[in-house]
Amino acid sequence: MDEEAPDRAWHQIVRDVLQRHAVSLVVYVPDNVLRPLIEAVHADPFFTAFAVAREEEGLGILSGAWMGGTRGILLMQTSGFATLPNVIASLAVPFQIPVLMIVSERGTLGEFNIGQALVARTMRPVLAALAVEHHTMTRLDEVEFIIDRGITQAVATQAPCCFILSPLLTGGKVFAA
Amino acid sequence: MAFPANHPTGRAQAKVLNRFDVTQRLVARLKHDEAVVGGIGYTNFDLWGSGQRAQNFYMLGSMGLAVPIALGVALAQPRRRVFALEGDGSILMQLGSLATVAARAQKNLAIVIMDNGTYQITGGQQTLTEQGADIVAIARGAGLAQSAWAADEAAFEELADLALREDGPWLIGCRIDRDKPKQTTERDPARIRDQFMRGLGVK
Repeated sequence: MDEEAPDRAWHQIVRDVLQRHAVSLVVYVPDNVLRPLIEAVHADPFFTAFAVAREEEGLGILSGAWMGGTRGILLMQTSGFATLPNVIASLAVPFQIPVLMIVSERGTLGEFNIGQALVARTMRPVLAALAVEHHTMTRLDEVEFIIDRGITQAVATQAPCCFILSPLLTGGKVFAA
Repeated sequence: MAFPANHPTGRAQAKVLNRFDVTQRLVARLKHDEAVVGGIGYTNFDLWGSGQRAQNFYMLGSMGLAVPIALGVALAQPRRRVFALEGDGSILMQLGSLATVAARAQKNLAIVIMDNGTYQITGGQQTLTEQGADIVAIARGAGLAQSAWAADEAAFEELADLALREDGPWLIGCRIDRDKPKQTTERDPARIRDQFMRGLGVK
């Protein structure tokens, strides 16, 4: 394996791969872990980036943008994903719209909020039940491959894809004692 | 901003219009392949019944997302005018999307709200607009300054013409009756999406 120190953080890799795939629209409901990625896309004029009031709204915006010829991605945390099953099942999947999602994973590996820990358990079963392609990124060296191939497949097969940022990759959000 | 003075101040003062008639009046004015996104329920069925344009998108679930979908289309194609047709029950689910549209100041977007104060398709249960909520006032509060109730049919046409001609975002409130829709949308989502994308010149 390559033992050189990585020259880019996870959020820089994500930003670069999104740009390479012409994913220019970034909508989000913010999260502390996502902050460097959100700041990176706001700082780069290639991207149109803005916050929405609710995750469902973001998925609708991305669906309209895709049909109008623009690729986008929705950033959220685990509890935000939990608001999405109806719109994934009734819009993205049946209309065959390759909605891209990045979820910053809360509720595991040191979670301090019981609500987050409980809702987090619904995420992968929901994705599995809807047969939505999803991949968890745990190491820096797999970020580029997963995002790159995930976007390629989503577009080619006209199906949504969800990328999960593990605390193993990002450090997560830690208990402020 | 050219803005008509003869619009009523509140929902109670607006004439009760007919949804299919209003939809036909809108569609008749679309001369430049404007996109129309129909929300769920009878709003959608009457858009279908008014003639199946390639630039119409018929949402079949995801209640409340007509405005976000229309915003996405408008962002992707800033030179095309985009209309969202939404019911009162639906927009009440995504009031935040009005603030998002206002924050984007999306010039090529217009929202038409068909408000009959009921969840008509599920048996006519009252929505919150029948109990005091005024969507136009809410929209103005969300930052959509160009929001107005259509006083009558002629006022609707005047507002629609403004939305086609002048920079938006616009919101037109229409009080409507509880007439049944003329047709039912064909529920074939992959075909609807494919035709819409071809209608927008993406495929």
